Amino acid sequence: MRFMLMMHAPRGNGEYAVMSWKPEELNSHVAYMHQLNRGLIESGEFVGAEGLAPPGQAKVVKSGRNGSPAVTDGPFAETKEFLVGFWIVDVESEARAHEIAARASSAPGPGGQPMSIPIEVRQVMSAPPTNE
Amino acid sequence: MTEHRAPTVEHLLRELAPRVLSVMARRHDFETAEDAVQEALIAAATQWPRDGVPGNPAGWLHHVAVRRLTDHVRSEMSRRQREDTVAGEVWAEWAFVPPPDADVRVDDSLTLLFMCCHPTLTPASAIALTLRAVGGLTTVEIARAFLVPEATMAQRISRAKQAIRAAGATFSMPADMERDSRVGSVLHVLYLIFNEGYVSSEGAQLHRVDLALEAIRLVRATRALLPRDGEVAGLLALMLLTEARRAARTGVNGELIPLDEQDRSLWDRALIAEGSVLVEEALQAGAGPYALQSAIAALHDEAASVGETDWPQILALYDVLGEVSDNPMVKLNRAVAVAMVHGPIEALGQLDRLEQDPRITGHYRLDAVRAHLLQLSAQFDQAEKRYRAAAERTANLPERDYLLMKAAAAARLLEQREH
Repeated sequence: MRFMLMMHAPRGNGEYAVMSWKPEELNSHVAYMHQLNRGLIESGEFVGAEGLAPPGQAKVVKSGRNGSPAVTDGPFAETKEFLVGFWIVDVESEARAHEIAARASSAPGPGGQPMSIPIEVRQVMSAPPTNE
Repeated sequence: MTEHRAPTVEHLLRELAPRVLSVMARRHDFETAEDAVQEALIAAATQWPRDGVPGNPAGWLHHVAVRRLTDHVRSEMSRRQREDTVAGEVWAEWAFVPPPDADVRVDDSLTLLFMCCHPTLTPASAIALTLRAVGGLTTVEIARAFLVPEATMAQRISRAKQAIRAAGATFSMPADMERDSRVGSVLHVLYLIFNEGYVSSEGAQLHRVDLALEAIRLVRATRALLPRDGEVAGLLALMLLTEARRAARTGVNGELIPLDEQDRSLWDRALIAEGSVLVEEALQAGAGPYALQSAIAALHDEAASVGETDWPQILALYDVLGEVSDNPMVKLNRAVAVAMVHGPIEALGQLDRLEQDPRITGHYRLDAVRAHLLQLSAQFDQAEKRYRAAAERTANLPERDYLLMKAAAAARLLEQREH
């Protein structure tokens, strides 16, 4: 079963909170995430993971006249939270996806404390119809 | 690199891989032997298309694999020699590289299959290891077939081998009393590979191995090893009879076309003929679950239309199947046959009872079948609700779209009746 684990953060001023962290706080956060990804590769569950540029750089695109792109610059005041990054994992059960999400959620933040970042877990619609 | 392999070399390698490995695994540690054979396959895939296929391809692969194994042991030895100087006797073993051996015993090939489908492995690990060690596919090909990165698939394979070692499994034939259940594990893994291919076959398949065809190839190979096993014949029949409908079961945009709406002229008659012969054989050999499922598939494949399908016979087969395997999905499918023979009201009554089974409570297919039965009994408002409920919970996109279309059709029928 494939799941997408989406890490959300409050919108704030359009910049990532990490910008104001101490270097050692940032380091241990990065090391934690790296470790998490290594573990997923080693367990054979890793499909993909990406971090996204801050919402201050986001654009919203709609099709304009003749289908040409009509681009609006962010950040967007109306959105309460934004996607920071995501994982796609291929696991044996939903419970396992929750376990991984909990690990991602407890990544250390300021003061080295677990952040309890909300992780939205959604199944990727590709599972085979179960005949068994 | 692998995508430039000439098809003939590719097929030859896939066929030779398990033969070479089973000879190697008889003499050496399974984990390292499997890695060495994989390296030999990769070497062959680059060299043979360029330099030509050697006269004795199995011997070539075996020779190269043993060389790799020896190199590996040598470097391991020199590392250890630097650390301490106990080495002597192990060298003697490697001084005599066994001769290329094309004469593979049936038992060895079977042992290899049993090992790769060891019951301690998770389905994902057993599938990956079987495709590599028995199917002769490269890690890259398997990774691509399952749409995961190569590193992830490499880890799955190496963890599978570690799990086998941890379970204390040796390269030897399981005891007679254990054999049936081990054959069952093998067939289950092959069935899962086929199922994966069945689902992912829509859309662009560029540079991807066709898993359904790989599964069929592996079951054929298994049948060559176990020619009198009815369940092997039954599984092969079931796959062929399902594969026969491939061209008809999806539309141009990958949308699902159910059995009763398929253009039956697109069905592959040759596969149906081959499958039907196997069904007879499988039923005579003991009528196990795969044999019975294949018999049901054959009745569908042989009918000119849904109306002309031999539903009483299908229902009888479901009854027997229900006795040999206690599976709520079988009972669910049986309800559809009940509706065709005794009418939807009786079938709905059976679903009410089935709903009490905790293994299936809340499953979207229960709602999908109920919707279908409600539709048959002209209860369109309830049918629409159930179709929508099923659509909300399926994790398969084409299936969701199909269920939504059915919901819309039920709503339309309701509207027509009211006006």
